[in-house]
Amino acid sequence: MSIIEELSNRDRVFEFLTPAVSPVDTRHGPILYMEDVNVSFDGFRAINNLNMTIDDGELRCIIGPNGAGKTTMMDIITGKTAPDTGSVWFGSRHNLLTMNEPEIATLGIGRKFQKPTVFEALTVFENLELAMATDKRVIPTLRAAMKAEFRERIGEVLETIGLQDLRNQLAGILSHGQKQWLEIGMLLMQKPRLLLVDEPVAGMTEQEMERTAELLTSLAGKQSVVVVEHDMGFVRSIARKVTVLHQGSVLAEGSMDQVSNDPEVIKVYLGEEA
Amino acid sequence: MWLTRPLRERSTQIFLGVLFAALAIVTFLHVAMPEDSALYVSAYTVTLLGKYLCYALLAVAVDLVWGYLGILSLGHGAFFAIGGYAMGMYLMRQIGDRGTYGDPILPDFMVFLNWQELPWYWLGFDMAWFAFIMVLLAPGLLALVFGFLAFRSRVTGVYLSIITQALTFALMLAFFRNEMGFGGNNGLTDFRDILGFNLRTDATRLGLFIATGIALAIGYVICRGIVTSKLGRVSIACRDAEARARFLGYRVDRVQLFVFVVSAMLAGVAGALYVPQVGIINPSEFSPLFSIEVVVWVALGGRATLYGAVIGAVLVNYAKTVFTGVMPDAWLFALGGLFVLVTVFLPKGIAGLLASRRKGKQDEQDTPTAPSTTEATA
Repeated sequence: MSIIEELSNRDRVFEFLTPAVSPVDTRHGPILYMEDVNVSFDGFRAINNLNMTIDDGELRCIIGPNGAGKTTMMDIITGKTAPDTGSVWFGSRHNLLTMNEPEIATLGIGRKFQKPTVFEALTVFENLELAMATDKRVIPTLRAAMKAEFRERIGEVLETIGLQDLRNQLAGILSHGQKQWLEIGMLLMQKPRLLLVDEPVAGMTEQEMERTAELLTSLAGKQSVVVVEHDMGFVRSIARKVTVLHQGSVLAEGSMDQVSNDPEVIKVYLGEEA
Repeated sequence: MWLTRPLRERSTQIFLGVLFAALAIVTFLHVAMPEDSALYVSAYTVTLLGKYLCYALLAVAVDLVWGYLGILSLGHGAFFAIGGYAMGMYLMRQIGDRGTYGDPILPDFMVFLNWQELPWYWLGFDMAWFAFIMVLLAPGLLALVFGFLAFRSRVTGVYLSIITQALTFALMLAFFRNEMGFGGNNGLTDFRDILGFNLRTDATRLGLFIATGIALAIGYVICRGIVTSKLGRVSIACRDAEARARFLGYRVDRVQLFVFVVSAMLAGVAGALYVPQVGIINPSEFSPLFSIEVVVWVALGGRATLYGAVIGAVLVNYAKTVFTGVMPDAWLFALGGLFVLVTVFLPKGIAGLLASRRKGKQDEQDTPTAPSTTEATA
């Protein structure tokens, strides 16, 4: 009954007309769904029948030895690499394989690269400004004015990532750790539903690592976070669920304790393979 | 409003102040001084200065794409020349039956080639408004098509530079051909009037000089407006970390295309103002060397500052005028030497020197001639 009422309501604005609200449909469970994905580069199978789902609001860690296909997997999700076969869905409505990088980014998948990439010639504030979820087309960007609510939003994110005091510094002078946080802040400005974070603590000091762990765990719940990381201590400190990738497919999945006791995983990680 | 924002900005106010003061002083010295006075500025000098201002506008256009977008165009001379040809076609049609052959419609070179009627693409150029629109439209359209293909395929860096060179070279060869209908290697010349004013009078020359100054001011404000807008910051983002900009949701190719087209149109205007002042347009303006020279002016003046491009264009061309008068053969060596010296000792160009003089806070960051090429390793 209520559905009929709602549909016949003349004031109703259909969801596809309001891109500002995330259109991603997660009512049917997972926010990210990958099935039977295969990618090969010159005959080398980087991703081999990969199946994985990420639930809405989940914090997932992905580990695996070098060449396990972690970065390639992120490339597929963000539209950088097209898989040979398989399907990748964002929510139950969006087929990511039909979309390009900016479209996927606008839809709500934010990606942090392995190497921190911020705009070094711009200030911290400007970096966040550019990342803000607004109309990113050329002419609206040309005419964009800084509104109070934007300032507020940037202020909030600056606080979250702890860079308030550096807001007017050029991003180029930040330390490695600060750049990583700024980049995470830029992802947050996009109000993503899913954050892909590639090796966030590589090259960080102990304290920086702790802060990053706090930051990432505080983000989970509001958005889904996928972390690819080598550092086992760090993974242990944040992970609720861990996926182990090996040779382009899932080797094991479960809690950190389950996974680290899995004989297959131990074999792969200790390099006892023949 | 993005266009009025620069007017409230100190650096733009200073630039416009200096430019308008220079226009006023030259006008005053030309009009009010007796001809035998040491301070008298001759009509020849006025036209020469007008030519420098055209080059300055072209340099600003190049700096917009090179300095802020990281696209090193080595073919901006093509847009300059096309704007020049559009103006030249208008000026040719204005000659009317005063040409050597006295044909009321056909320009001399067409009569000479035994052409019976005007080619279709010459139609409308007898009307000033049409020609002036074409001055913007023709280079803009070429930039649109060229840029669309190049940027969509993500051609950047040195490859794009090479293609722009090829573009201008191909156009040069095409315009050399008589069959193209643009006067072959003689180009278009022997102009009489513009908008009813006789081009050979001092008053018209002064008028053109002032018009060029105003065009430079407007072009500068447009560029500055883009650069200080959010789009300007996005441009810098595309320049330094293209992949990151793309993952933030910006259509990098569209940003590049927009700025490139604006820049091409400005170059076209510069060419259109250049032609009536020098009195001729021929395919040598398409020469790849000329486009490279423009880049050298910008580098010398200081990249990514806009006013540096103006300083570079005026100073280098003044030096060229002096040098080619004294030692014509040595000019290219002097230009090359200057370029090397500036790259080694003044990586931020003359503008960088001015900026660090003004306030010693210029950080020792990456130099403008070598913007960071942070590529995402993903």
